[in-house]
Amino acid sequence: MRYLPNTAQNQRAMLDTIGVAGIEDLLVRIPAKARLGRPLALPPALAEADLVRHLRGLAARNADADGHVCFLGAGAYDHYVPSPINHLILRGEFFTAYTPYQPEASQGTLRTIYEYQTMIAELTGMDVANASIYDGASSLAEAALMAHSINGRAEIALAGALNPLYRRVVETYVDGPGLKLREVPSPEGVLDLDAARRVVGAKTAALVVQSPNFYGCLEDVAAAAELAHAAGALLVVVSDPVNLGVLEAPGRQGADIVVGEGQGLGVPLGFGGPYLGVFAAKTEFVRRMPGRLVGATVDLDAARGFALTLQTREQHIRRAKATSNICTNVALCALMATIYLATLGKQGLVRAGELSTAKAHYAAERLAAVPGVSLRFTQPFFKEFTLRLPKSPERVAAKLARQHILAGLPLKTLDRKLGDCLLVAVTERRTKDEIDAFADALAKAVA
Amino acid sequence: MANVPPELRYTREHEWARQEGGRVRVGITAFAQEQLGDVVFVELPKVGARVRAHQTFGVVESVKAVSDLFAPVSGEVVEVNADLTQKPETVNQDPYGHGWMLIVQPADAGEWDQLLTAAQYEQLIAEGGH
Repeated sequence: MRYLPNTAQNQRAMLDTIGVAGIEDLLVRIPAKARLGRPLALPPALAEADLVRHLRGLAARNADADGHVCFLGAGAYDHYVPSPINHLILRGEFFTAYTPYQPEASQGTLRTIYEYQTMIAELTGMDVANASIYDGASSLAEAALMAHSINGRAEIALAGALNPLYRRVVETYVDGPGLKLREVPSPEGVLDLDAARRVVGAKTAALVVQSPNFYGCLEDVAAAAELAHAAGALLVVVSDPVNLGVLEAPGRQGADIVVGEGQGLGVPLGFGGPYLGVFAAKTEFVRRMPGRLVGATVDLDAARGFALTLQTREQHIRRAKATSNICTNVALCALMATIYLATLGKQGLVRAGELSTAKAHYAAERLAAVPGVSLRFTQPFFKEFTLRLPKSPERVAAKLARQHILAGLPLKTLDRKLGDCLLVAVTERRTKDEIDAFADALAKAVA
Repeated sequence: MANVPPELRYTREHEWARQEGGRVRVGITAFAQEQLGDVVFVELPKVGARVRAHQTFGVVESVKAVSDLFAPVSGEVVEVNADLTQKPETVNQDPYGHGWMLIVQPADAGEWDQLLTAAQYEQLIAEGGH
């Protein structure tokens, strides 16, 4: 798709057509005091070489995962991004500002989305996956709305160990329709099933459980499913698909809707986005599902082809009654995930998961052996865990950052009860040397 | 001109209603199914659900649109046409017969008289259906 500039001639032609002398005349109705009244104070334009130097200087002030050893996680992970991804996504057929969905012109794009949906459905153990949503948090918020639309109930029960930033996005989304959020405490790092039984009842549209949860602990998803279903509620599972080469698929543990952040599947950290909202569900709920959906079909000559399907759910047809306000997807990030999964293959994905969890457990052992440092929870974990530190986690993290180690996320601002804790993630990219160096630096920092 | 059986009553949203021994059978009109085109999915309430006159009770989906279904009368749903799940095209083929959707036990007998007669409904669709 081409970028079409708005030239001076274009502007003149448009102004002449509507009979206006200049662009200023279009703005006369804006009160003078609301206007700046002078040009923006921008520095003069730089030559390309100078501009690149300037931007590189600015970028060098960032602490990124290339120049640092990254143990930061909390929803975005430093997994390896195989080189074919960048090579392939930059092809002109894919690298467009707007995803072309017309089946007449876009069989390649539609096919990659179909493959993405198939892979996500297989990984999550669900029947159907959509073409993606913006990120993990918005996927979860859409799942809450979807549960409400399926069973008409007005409460959503959130496990206490859900990513607190996801909870905030859900709060925003459910404010309009007036759904009530109820939290199930997780004092030991995982869902308290007795407390959940008290919260989840006849008014509950869905119980939301994240596994591994925000603190890294693995939840008993099957028990949560049983509990939710006994109350006639749905179970929504927040899952990180890159872990599912090793961990059991939520769909085989009773999930009705599976959502999650797909960033780990070959999408670079990129300072927080764009990321990949994974969304999958059981077939019986497909008409309540938000987002785009690509289906396989046959054309007039009986050749296999792909087209958007079930579009009557969507906003451009159903207007205000659409299943969702989302009319698009993050096609380029979904393509990254598709190439990632195709590149690693079945064994590769299992291996990446095994390496992540093995290294995370080695790291947990080394770090918890530092005097004064301990694991905050005793629950099983996968690639992320919560450490309790004898000194301020903020100060420790700042100290280690100066040694080019991103130690993890101090939890104080997200959970005051865990003000002495640091959330540490370990992916397959970390080496034994890096983990040992981290343990040594931590020992000095807390000594 | 679409078929408008004289013994039925109608809504402005193109549902028909038939009295059956104190109960009311509900479907969509021949005009409605023609306008919708091929029906691919019908979503109906469960038996025991309560519907209200002029409020939505379900959804009919065709290849080109999704439309709400409106109840002609208030009451309790005592039967739904489960065959439409597997054969939604019945709505196109036989809208006043096998393509029926609900049977309602009416809560307010007075609502029946507020429905359009066949003559009134014919006039509505002659004016363009709105």
